[in-house]
Amino acid sequence: MNEFIRLVLLQDPNTRVVLAGAGLLGVCAGVLGVFVVLRRRALVGDAIAHAALPGIGASFLIFGERNVVALLAGAFVFGLLGVLCIAAIQMWTRVKEDAALGIVLSSFFGLGLVLSRIAQSTPGGNKAGLDGYIFGKAASMVQSDVLVIALVAVTTLVVVAFFFKELRLVCFDRSFAASIGRPVGMIDFVLLALVCVCVIAGLPAVGVVLTAALLIIPAAGARFWTDRLGYLVFIAGLFGAGAACIGVAMSAALPIPAGSRGWPTGAMIVLAAAAIFMVSMLLAPQRGVLAAVARRVAFKRKMSLEHVLRAAYEVTEDRKPGGFSWSINEIVRHIDGQAGLQRIINRAVRAGLVKKYIHGTRAGQYTLTDDGAIEATRLVRAHRLWEHFLIRHADIAPDHVHRGADELEHILPTEMIRAIELELGSTLPPAPPSPHQVVQGVRLEGNP
Amino acid sequence: MSISVEVHDMTVAYHRRPVLWNVDVTLPSGVLIGVIGPNGAGKSTFLKAVLGLVPIASGWAKVLGQPLSKVRTRIGYIPQRESVDWEFPVSVKDVVLMGRYGRLGWVRRPGPEDNKAAMLALSTVGMETYSQRQIGQLSGGQQQRVFLARAIAQDADVYFMDEPFAGVDAATEAQIVEVLRGMRARGKTVLAVHHDLQTVAEYFDYVVLLNMRLVAAGPTSDVFTKENLHKTYGGRLTLLVDAAEAVRTATAKQIL
Repeated sequence: MNEFIRLVLLQDPNTRVVLAGAGLLGVCAGVLGVFVVLRRRALVGDAIAHAALPGIGASFLIFGERNVVALLAGAFVFGLLGVLCIAAIQMWTRVKEDAALGIVLSSFFGLGLVLSRIAQSTPGGNKAGLDGYIFGKAASMVQSDVLVIALVAVTTLVVVAFFFKELRLVCFDRSFAASIGRPVGMIDFVLLALVCVCVIAGLPAVGVVLTAALLIIPAAGARFWTDRLGYLVFIAGLFGAGAACIGVAMSAALPIPAGSRGWPTGAMIVLAAAAIFMVSMLLAPQRGVLAAVARRVAFKRKMSLEHVLRAAYEVTEDRKPGGFSWSINEIVRHIDGQAGLQRIINRAVRAGLVKKYIHGTRAGQYTLTDDGAIEATRLVRAHRLWEHFLIRHADIAPDHVHRGADELEHILPTEMIRAIELELGSTLPPAPPSPHQVVQGVRLEGNP
Repeated sequence: MSISVEVHDMTVAYHRRPVLWNVDVTLPSGVLIGVIGPNGAGKSTFLKAVLGLVPIASGWAKVLGQPLSKVRTRIGYIPQRESVDWEFPVSVKDVVLMGRYGRLGWVRRPGPEDNKAAMLALSTVGMETYSQRQIGQLSGGQQQRVFLARAIAQDADVYFMDEPFAGVDAATEAQIVEVLRGMRARGKTVLAVHHDLQTVAEYFDYVVLLNMRLVAAGPTSDVFTKENLHKTYGGRLTLLVDAAEAVRTATAKQIL
């Protein structure tokens, strides 16, 4: 607990260093991830990270000591080599991109594992140090690591800020970008090189296996919150930083299981990112799953209410004034039963669309209020006009049109109803009856 | 009459398989030109090759009498609507502003003048009220009109449009034709890939009939004849197709 408080208050200078490094890395990966994901290149980061491992092993074998610059340089060279291999396989054979990616990713990773095993057996080979590159060990970050990450993050942000317009153009519409003379291949390459540098800078903290997640998950999660690329980049950067810091903090603060060498930071960061993604997916106001469910429920409620209004109109439409009241049973018979009908009618009463008679001979019966009658007339009109339209102009049999109209009456916009009226105008009798056997003697007013 | 596009002995290949053979054609400016032909005839490829978007295997193409790199800002292009991701996080106005990027150059952001041009272009196609919408919320016809607005914002002299009428409703089609005629009235040239043979004579002054090679090109009244259409559509050019296939397999064998 004490340790946790120290961590939260950033009392430990080492924690400050590690958090700063992880946060900057998260911003950088989140921002780049937006463009990578939009370019449908999400898995390239994964390939780069895995392909980088043999570079680390090789530079360890050559330079012996754990020389950070040499290790990262080796990783960078092999990461790019992996990307080039993917491109080459696609260009010269019939192997498709996903397969080429899988081949390169796993082969390079295998080679990397073998090389690091050899490196570990050499004198001075530090087992833990190399394993850290596979699963990530943010706690071992030192100030020079953070400086490297800071440099990468600043470079990335500057490039993205300056060439935001070009990146957006190339990601959205490559051929148009090429048609106005932008070197799309070069812009793609710069993006790829930035991804490569970012992934390599992140390797010591997050590890080979999970670095790609830091590119993909924040960007994908941020997409739930906005439709604007600028905000998307900002939110993804924020999510990336948040995930990285939370992951680092958790792996430092959670009690370590007995006998283990500590939590894998990469895994903690990815889990934090996944949690942020889950929250975004569920709770985002427009595109979130819960918002979609709520919209569907609201529409269902509106639909059932409108069905009752239309039924109330139809059961009373050939009656004389004074006879417009109806009972629940009539509605049930008319719309062939409906669960929760009483509740729907109560809702209509509360909305001022239906009135309930309390006293007199009609006690217990209902009638449409003026507002309710207007609304019901509108619905019946939309429903029947659509049915007539289908029969006249789409040659659909009269007994087939009801179900479709049942759904469309709730969503037909006014302009479309007008258009149908005009379309049917000359051939339609002034009072269009229902075209099928449910109701007869319909009178609609206001025919154009 | 000045020349908009000049193509000399142009052959284009995809993955070494030729799709257009030895096209020679010279097109006038200030007219609406329909590029007509069956599926797989190389119509889109023809536009892309002239624009330098796909490599030319042999021959050359000039626009406005000059090599392409000299006249980029005088060229407008509308790719096929399906070629982009309409879920992409940009607004209608963002897309139209892309039409200004050519003159803006690198790094510089669109200014008030570009905004004005974009809004004017949107109102020309009747979409100004949609400027802040995300492009995925538009219907197919509206999306096509946004692309047209982007082309208008480019204020180019020669336009290349890949199937501008694909998947649009009748009202939108009429509106697009109106815009194209407005462009012609201002002396601009439009090359449009077109599918509906019924409307060719009504829409276009000039036609280019393609089927893996140039069948005919000229004023619609002279060239859009039964005989030429039969040459373009009737009788698959089995020999050309077979030859292309042979070229591809031969090169493939050498590599593999």
